[in-house]
Amino acid sequence: MNKRVVITGLGICAPNGVGLEAFTHSLQNGISGIRFQPKLKQLQFSCQVAGEPLIKDNLLQHYFSPLQLRGLNASGLVYGVIAGTDAWNDAGLPIAPKDRPDWDSGIIFGTGILGADKFRESIYAIDEGNVRRLGSTSVMQVMASGISAYLGGILGTGNQVTTNSSACTTGTEGILMAYERIRSGKAKRMLTGSCSDSGPYIWAGFDSMRILPRNYNGNPSKASRPLSASAAGFVPGSGAGALVLESLESARERGANIYAEVLGGAVNSGGQRGEGSMTAPNSESVVRCIRKATEDAGIHVSEIDTINGHLTATRKDPIEIRNWSEALQDTGTDFPFVNSFKGLFGHGLAAAGSMECVASVLQIGKGQVFGNVNCEDLHPEIEEIVHRSKIPLKTILHQPKILAKASFGFGDVNACVIFSQFND
Amino acid sequence: MTETDRYAKLKEIIRIYLPEDVAVTEISASSHFINELNINSANLVDIVLDVEDAFDITLENEDMDQMQTVQDALDIIDGKLKE
Repeated sequence: MNKRVVITGLGICAPNGVGLEAFTHSLQNGISGIRFQPKLKQLQFSCQVAGEPLIKDNLLQHYFSPLQLRGLNASGLVYGVIAGTDAWNDAGLPIAPKDRPDWDSGIIFGTGILGADKFRESIYAIDEGNVRRLGSTSVMQVMASGISAYLGGILGTGNQVTTNSSACTTGTEGILMAYERIRSGKAKRMLTGSCSDSGPYIWAGFDSMRILPRNYNGNPSKASRPLSASAAGFVPGSGAGALVLESLESARERGANIYAEVLGGAVNSGGQRGEGSMTAPNSESVVRCIRKATEDAGIHVSEIDTINGHLTATRKDPIEIRNWSEALQDTGTDFPFVNSFKGLFGHGLAAAGSMECVASVLQIGKGQVFGNVNCEDLHPEIEEIVHRSKIPLKTILHQPKILAKASFGFGDVNACVIFSQFND
Repeated sequence: MTETDRYAKLKEIIRIYLPEDVAVTEISASSHFINELNINSANLVDIVLDVEDAFDITLENEDMDQMQTVQDALDIIDGKLKE
């Protein structure tokens, strides 16, 4: 018998808000977290704007011990620990006692590459023949699973503690992995999320691929233009989002606040066949993924009333909308409300799925659909499919009952999760 | 630098590596880093690096192997400073 799975905690460390309150305020009011980055200009990047969370120095001591702070040079790890710890606290969960782990709680916290700045620091020391000067923390700051390892130690979780990685699908995939573990009764609670480092060493490869906007260096908040006719590429971002998933039984026993229910979802790959490639999705697999997600959730496609897309602000956005339309068999005013948060905080890469899922769940909690920005000039191919009223430019009051969120990543990988308003 | 100065300087280095339930007042010359002060063995390499920086000396791998107690560390530091 499958367990019902609910969301009882959220945490966020995003370019336009660190902490739920600031993040929600920014999403409700269209406040951008995309800023000009002087270091990108200095390094002669074509795209010199990016989304990076602003972390106050004195904030870190609330999350890290003085020893952990020494030599800490891994931004994704910082974002992930802030979001993960906050989500745990938001769920009202205790930290395990010193002598015994919490066997029923686990962590699946993904990333793409961790501690790039620490790795760079180490490489310089190694090349100078100074390998003995690396100290004890270069390994855990640069291993991909460093983020789940740090969180596991802070919280004392004794169930599965691991890190998943599937490019820009990572965060959404992690939620489904955590969901399945609770649904099958292998864990009562899972902290899940994802993080991505900031900085030139993360973003350079994308700049080199010439898929980032080059003409907005003087106008950062206009640079990320999902759904727009003038979309000019995605704005690189960073940060972390985290969610506590919990069996309904466990949440009830604790009297926990429930934000939403996870009804199900699906992951698949287009196999880099057909129109799919390393960097482009195979539309057939995207449509399949969305349909499989609704089947897994036990709902009819027509029940979805809100979509949060992957919608990165490249020329692929119209194709994504067409895929949603085909999967849901909806067009015009029947199409669900749809938005992309990347207009406000850019493309968080490995952190994108989790940050956007946190925002999606906040929409369910608030009974709102947060407004899209920078798509006043809606792409004509999108307008042929979706009525303008379904792409709100300002935050609107609308209680999402069933929300679909999808993420797609390099390697032609897809994930789609179905959230619903919690009904007892 | 007197021996007292060196001891005080070393204690200051060790302080940050102590687990929460070990107070700095519990450090004595005979304290064993791992067995008594409960310092994570992985952090011994960091203590060595901090000692190198603070006393402007370089420790060899053999020195590290011999550094079991606070007194061992003091002896190694004394020896290096005399070289």
